[in-house]
Amino acid sequence: MTRIIPIVVVIAVALVACLPLLGDNYLLRLGTMFAMYAVLALSWNIIGGFAGYPSFATAAFFGLGAYTGAILQGAGIPMIVAWTGACVMALVFAVLLGMAILHLKGHYFAIASLVVAEVLLEIATSWTGLTGGGMGLNLPVLQISIEAQARLFFYAMLTIAVLALLMNWLVSRGKVGFALRCIRQNEDASSMVGIDTTFYKVTGFGLSAILVGGAGAIYASWVFYIEPADVFSVLLSVKPIVMAMLGGAGTVLGPVVGALVFIVMEELVWRNFLSFHAAVLGLLIVGLIFFLPNGILGLVRRRRAAGLKPEEEGAA
Amino acid sequence: MSLLTLENVSRSFGGLNALDAVDMQVSPGEIVGLIGPNGAGKTTLVNVVTGALRPSAGDIRFEGRSIAGKKPHQIGRMGIARTYQVVQPFPEMTVLENVMAPATFAARAEDMRTARLKSMEALEFVGLAGSAGTIAAELTLAGRKRLELAKSLAMNPRVLLLDEVNAGLNTAEIDGALTLIRRIADNGVTVIIIEHLMKVVMTLCSRLVVLHHGAKIAEGTPDEVSRDPHVIEAYLGTRYSRNLGAREAAHD
Ligand SMILES: Nc1ncnc2c1ncn2[C@@H]1O[C@H](COP(=O)(O)OP(=O)(O)OP(=O)(O)O)[C@@H](O)[C@H]1O
Ligand SMILES: [Mg+2]
Repeated sequence: MTRIIPIVVVIAVALVACLPLLGDNYLLRLGTMFAMYAVLALSWNIIGGFAGYPSFATAAFFGLGAYTGAILQGAGIPMIVAWTGACVMALVFAVLLGMAILHLKGHYFAIASLVVAEVLLEIATSWTGLTGGGMGLNLPVLQISIEAQARLFFYAMLTIAVLALLMNWLVSRGKVGFALRCIRQNEDASSMVGIDTTFYKVTGFGLSAILVGGAGAIYASWVFYIEPADVFSVLLSVKPIVMAMLGGAGTVLGPVVGALVFIVMEELVWRNFLSFHAAVLGLLIVGLIFFLPNGILGLVRRRRAAGLKPEEEGAA
Repeated sequence: MSLLTLENVSRSFGGLNALDAVDMQVSPGEIVGLIGPNGAGKTTLVNVVTGALRPSAGDIRFEGRSIAGKKPHQIGRMGIARTYQVVQPFPEMTVLENVMAPATFAARAEDMRTARLKSMEALEFVGLAGSAGTIAAELTLAGRKRLELAKSLAMNPRVLLLDEVNAGLNTAEIDGALTLIRRIADNGVTVIIIEHLMKVVMTLCSRLVVLHHGAKIAEGTPDEVSRDPHVIEAYLGTRYSRNLGAREAAHD
């Protein structure tokens, strides 16, 4: 069973990568959004899922990445270098922020992380000289066809989504993931068994930021124009949490499954109920907490365990 | 030479002196009993030695080096391990994974395979190898106490602080635990054991330290301590008189 999962994943990624062949611009835009959501949910999963720290800092990393990328590109730096710079910026910021707030627990940590995006939003709005303030910032337009651009940004997002998936897989199998799982289950006992909890929490927080910064920069290049309220939106912090919980927080594939289900719902349901967008999101969160605490993957796993048991006993 | 030295160690919570200028020395290979009535400061002493709490005053030295104020993970890696009075498993992990955590992080096994081997050894030692795949939360209390012991052993400790490992166990389970503790000491681990059961302390320990209201009120062999008037008054006294009273009442 575990053998075929990587093969299925590789096939699924290959199929998604064929999306541009359909020549449907709407689907390609949706595919790019899906990849972006997957990056955010997978990244949140490291700190929120593995370590159990309810971070609302995703929007802060995203906006910081978007502005870093936009400002660097505006200064004439090549796009790819600007994207990389955005990753580094988000990482450094997360490490410093993590050292400041990761000693807080539960709600306190959540609130502290939530405030960060608000503070950055204020700074981006008032630092007109650098960010254009509330008027926003235009990015240089690429000298290639609209179709080529759509493909370029789709593949760019897909690439970091795959990187995010790989990161989750490596973390889950390695020492970092082990330490973070221990920390989630009992932080005091973790330090008592020799885990440097501060180090691993900061590492996890940094990992949860790096690719989000990249996604923000790619997003900025993709839409050509960013403004503070757009890239520091609190929804960018809330949605990844809902997606990860929907699919199964703390699992490698859960956030991807959650991102897919979420974007389908967003497109099919919410476009028709624009006025209760927030209400539906709220209901979904409440429903998740009460009915699906382990996400869709948790449900599948439970079904499978229930289905397998009689067989195993029969074989024994 | 003393392996672990506490010098004038105090710890207060608000106005309460949970530890009050305690001096204590532990030599390599000893089994030292730490006793005292409820709230005497025994668990606080373990917390202060293992870095879970900072001492408010005084110094703690391990192999001559000061460890006061160091972080728990640093102290753990130096070779001081503990068990918790209230067991602290990683509840969603298997028993084996629980033990692999200290093997990986405190004892710094080279890779997961080595950590797994070492952990299985520790589980075999405490008699839990058969439950290696069980989720920790599903163990019985006796099982969870053994898991605590296996976790602390997987740290390769030089000093092991056992905080009421026998509390809540039945007589047969206690006998099993006693044999284990003796074998741990025979392997060269220095043991400090906190225990309310006088039978256990009297048979196991070469030396006792008695705490009362955070202060050390007596120290010596089990025999000396049990004859010490301060101890009888503070600890044994109240209990014996209560027991005697109860017995007489039953006879009436
Ligand atoms: N974290 C804490 N905050 C405040 N007070 C504390 C704390 N830990 C312990 N105390 C107090 O310090 C005193 C000593 O407690 P401690 O747990 O060390 O006693 P003990 O000897 O282990 O008792 P027991 O035999 O019941 O386990 C008690 O009065 C307790 O209420
Ligand atoms: Mg205690």
